[in-house]
Amino acid sequence: MSAISREEVAHLASLSRIDLGPAELDTLAGQLDVILGAVAAVQQVAGDDVPATSHPMPLTNVTRSDTPRPSLGSAAVLAGAPEAEQGRFRVPRILEED
Amino acid sequence: MTTTVAEPVRDYDEVTAAFDPVLGLEVHVELNTATKMFCGCTTIFGAEPNSQVCPVCLGLPGALPVLNEIGLESAIRIGLALNCTIAERCRFARKNYFYPDMPKNFQTSQYDEPIAFDGHLDVELDDGTTFRVPVERAHMEEDTGKSLHVGGATGRIHGADYSLVDYNRAGIPLIEIVTKPVEGAGERAPEIARAYVSALRDLLRGLRVSDVRMEQGSLRCDANISLRPKAAPGEDQSAVPFGTRSETKNVNSLRSVERAIRYEMTRQADRLLSGQRVVQETRHWHEDTGVTTSGRSKEEAEDYRYFPEPDLVPIVPDPARVEELRALLPEPPGVRRKRLQAEWGISDLEMRDVVNARAVELIEATITAGATAATARKWWTQELARQAKTSGVELADLPITPAQVAALQALVDAGTINDKLARQVLEGVLAGEGDPKDVVAARGLKVVSDDGALGNAVDRAIEANPEVAEKIRGGKVAAAGALVGSVMRDMRGQADAAKVRSLILARLAPGEADGNG
Amino acid sequence: MAEELIRRTAAELAGALTRREVSSVEVTRAHLDRIAAVDGTRDADGVATGPGVHAFLHVSAESALAEAAFVDAARAAGETLPPLAGVPIAVKDVMTTRGVPTTCGSRILTGWVPPYDATVVRKLKESRLVLLGKTNMDEFAMGSSTEHSAYGPTRNPWDPTRIPGGSGGGSAAALAAFEAPLATGTDTGGSIRQPASVTGTVGVKPTYGAVSRYGLVALASSLDQAGPCARTVLDTALLHAVMAGHDPRDSTSLSDPVPDVVAAATTMDVSGMRIGVVRELHGDAENGSGYQAGVLRRFDEAVEALVDAGAKVVEVSCPSFTTALAAYYLILPSEASSNLAKFDAMRYGLRVRPEGVSDPTAEQVMAASRAAGFGDEVKRRIILGAYALSSGYYDAYYGSAQKVRTLVQRDFAAAFAEADVLVSPTSPTTAFPLGAKLDDPLSMYLQDVATIPANLAGVPGMSLPAGLADEDGLPVGVQILAPARADDRLYRVGAVLEAALRGRWGGPLLDRIPEFPPLGG
Repeated sequence: MSAISREEVAHLASLSRIDLGPAELDTLAGQLDVILGAVAAVQQVAGDDVPATSHPMPLTNVTRSDTPRPSLGSAAVLAGAPEAEQGRFRVPRILEED
Repeated sequence: MTTTVAEPVRDYDEVTAAFDPVLGLEVHVELNTATKMFCGCTTIFGAEPNSQVCPVCLGLPGALPVLNEIGLESAIRIGLALNCTIAERCRFARKNYFYPDMPKNFQTSQYDEPIAFDGHLDVELDDGTTFRVPVERAHMEEDTGKSLHVGGATGRIHGADYSLVDYNRAGIPLIEIVTKPVEGAGERAPEIARAYVSALRDLLRGLRVSDVRMEQGSLRCDANISLRPKAAPGEDQSAVPFGTRSETKNVNSLRSVERAIRYEMTRQADRLLSGQRVVQETRHWHEDTGVTTSGRSKEEAEDYRYFPEPDLVPIVPDPARVEELRALLPEPPGVRRKRLQAEWGISDLEMRDVVNARAVELIEATITAGATAATARKWWTQELARQAKTSGVELADLPITPAQVAALQALVDAGTINDKLARQVLEGVLAGEGDPKDVVAARGLKVVSDDGALGNAVDRAIEANPEVAEKIRGGKVAAAGALVGSVMRDMRGQADAAKVRSLILARLAPGEADGNG
Repeated sequence: MAEELIRRTAAELAGALTRREVSSVEVTRAHLDRIAAVDGTRDADGVATGPGVHAFLHVSAESALAEAAFVDAARAAGETLPPLAGVPIAVKDVMTTRGVPTTCGSRILTGWVPPYDATVVRKLKESRLVLLGKTNMDEFAMGSSTEHSAYGPTRNPWDPTRIPGGSGGGSAAALAAFEAPLATGTDTGGSIRQPASVTGTVGVKPTYGAVSRYGLVALASSLDQAGPCARTVLDTALLHAVMAGHDPRDSTSLSDPVPDVVAAATTMDVSGMRIGVVRELHGDAENGSGYQAGVLRRFDEAVEALVDAGAKVVEVSCPSFTTALAAYYLILPSEASSNLAKFDAMRYGLRVRPEGVSDPTAEQVMAASRAAGFGDEVKRRIILGAYALSSGYYDAYYGSAQKVRTLVQRDFAAAFAEADVLVSPTSPTTAFPLGAKLDDPLSMYLQDVATIPANLAGVPGMSLPAGLADEDGLPVGVQILAPARADDRLYRVGAVLEAALRGRWGGPLLDRIPEFPPLGG
């Protein structure tokens, strides 16, 4: 029984915005299945009483004052843009509104 | 090309006879902090595109967020004002989805650990009754950039050739306030929704945490609505399961909130009554046509893969600071309104007019500046309200300050100008000619109180109108009005009419001069 | 002269520069010449061609010489300069450098020139180090061999047919090939320590939060930590002191004062210290744990050397470490899948139009660009991460992995109650041949088995040379781990061990490195 199917890989690839060809899908599905088989070990060791740790160091309440700092300037902002127009980033048509 | 096929709807009374609506409102508020939520870029509305952008809010590789302390404090104050519990500990989470106006392709938001939860807001309805709207949560997040759609139909996303993105708005602090399912609204659901958003706006304005300008997008509303069959008499309506809901976005005026919900109720009812089902989906409100259209279907729910934001550390609000903030909260708008109404000595109806004219703060400030409650209210709800309506702006946006209105009234009270002149002075102030006293001086609008000049004018009027003078001498005191008018014309309005009248009577009917004629 | 200069340590160079026995321009030119002599060439797309170490993706010869001349002028004018002023350094290409291309070894960042400096880079500049260029790495730091660089692998100077470790193989190889006396690295699961181990150099992953992450292109935010790389423990400490310190631009940055690592590297005293050997990171040949016999032999000698120096050895057990690798390969891809979402061809970097689509949407251009711009390992981990975070699998995978993380922290806490530092082999094997593990991701991941626990718990770790393995004559690394915020202990123990092992091997290990095959030969 596979941990992950080819269809799931295809769905995740589309969710992750990565085009994958049929051959790549096959390879990846196989590899991910092996990897998931190995990492599933995490499910065996920690009981419900063990809390999750998201941050390695126990810091809290780190904030900054609401004081303006210089922005980059629109020329620097747009310098790396694949395409720009009217001081804005030009992007291909957007299919669907959020 | 968008083709908006009008969907069939039912008559509203038919809808409310058959169904019980359940509301859910999500309001996004842009905070008025000086800088963005996670970086030091400024937040000025209408700046040159991409001029308020840095590596952090542009999502450049390597950049990291640091939380704005005022953003956090505003969120706590909003939570407190909404009678919420403030979390003892909470975290940010990443909401992962791709969209060109979102620089990192995840939104830094809060998921299962909001800063504030479990509150309510009491809203006053048009008939003076109060409805309690339960609040699920208020959480912190960041805004996205703004896209300009080029080509195709005018500015619409559908059919556009390409889009132009400005990231000035990306990273501006947002507080999302979500209600619990609002039950028991019945046929008043649209009105309650509108009143809730309106009350929320007043509350946020009172907290001074946001500009709350719906037309500029600093307060935005998404409205969820579902219908369920009405319970039979004697049965418990709350035991009937909720229907499938739609989420209407882009509802960006108070009027639209009411209209959109009303429309959705009639649309959903038609589907249900004609044997179809309501599709769980996002719908877009069209202000111009007054209908909603189908957007993305939510049936194949987007998986946002939330997880705790590793670049920000947990927040543990200091309980002492929270209590301090609670103590410093302004009086809730409803309570304050009742207090002011009593202080001003006006009726419920009059107070509602003041509220509807959005004149409460303005009148209050005018009184603080020295005017009486009656005169302050008169200026703002009559002459200035008319001016605002003519120019199509909010009352508060008229180019006149409460202090100027108070100064104007002081000039009237001192007899320097009369009511008629006061209106001219007002026009001058609104035209940017300066304070009332400057306008009086510049336009030479002072009431002539020089008895000599006024006496000469009265004498000229009596001479020019012998028949009228004769009538007055004969006891027809009411005829004096014609002579007053003549004098006022002569003086180009710059005279105190009461004084003119008494001068005329003193000359023609001495017994009446000091009376109340 | 030039040959002699490139073999000096950073501390020696700093001394000679201060005494004005040599100029920074001379030192910088010597290293640039060495790079020109051994690093090899790249084609127009930046891909490695022909023989050579290929440690550098980008060499900033002109600006390096200019900065060196500035430092020399300042020194001549009698200015007081920071300790390492004028010493050259190589910077891992994962750190943003204003005006200098930064690719992270990825095709998707081709042509991107950052408009800002990483905090670490700013600190290097403020300390007047001379930036030679940017070093090669596995794409977005995903790998243990640099073979996942889109610009071709770096070769191990000990043996050009072998890997230099990864992801920071470029920095480690540059040090071993005497192309730079100092280099920066980042360590998410061993990317500083494992390359140090297989190249006979020294590398330190400081306590999480000790060095700012601002400007490090994030792989896994809760695991990433930048640190120093050098050829000696003292040089590593000198660079550590420059890199570390609080940064208000990084919310996870520690505000503690930086421990005096330079003093610790010169204390030369471990008497009475308790050295903990971690049972789970000390596989033995019999149970087939994948540890190479020669690696274990050198490790045991290192422990003996510490005992000879007066330390006490205790055995400690950290049972959760056996699942740490699994937890790591869930947490890392999860965070990476989100961190790498920003590379979408909309604002910077590579934009590719999908083939056979006349009027593509933004969505299609994103998917085509990411398909063309990311390599296989990156795609694999993004998809693995998306899976682990999916609503149906979150608790079973990501959630469980975060719990293992708690267990790893508890095991460290218990172990550090019994020992002042922990030791283990850095890597189970010496450098493996290029290509050996490319088609077997899981066996590549196993390279990190001993280094990963430190990243999960945030504790600091060092790798330093333990000698050459008997069976292949390649360097072996020993790892030292210390409690969080006690980075100085690494240097105190490391310096003693380095001195003891030099005695055993008759000098620095790198004195034994074969001369790199001449280019074009």
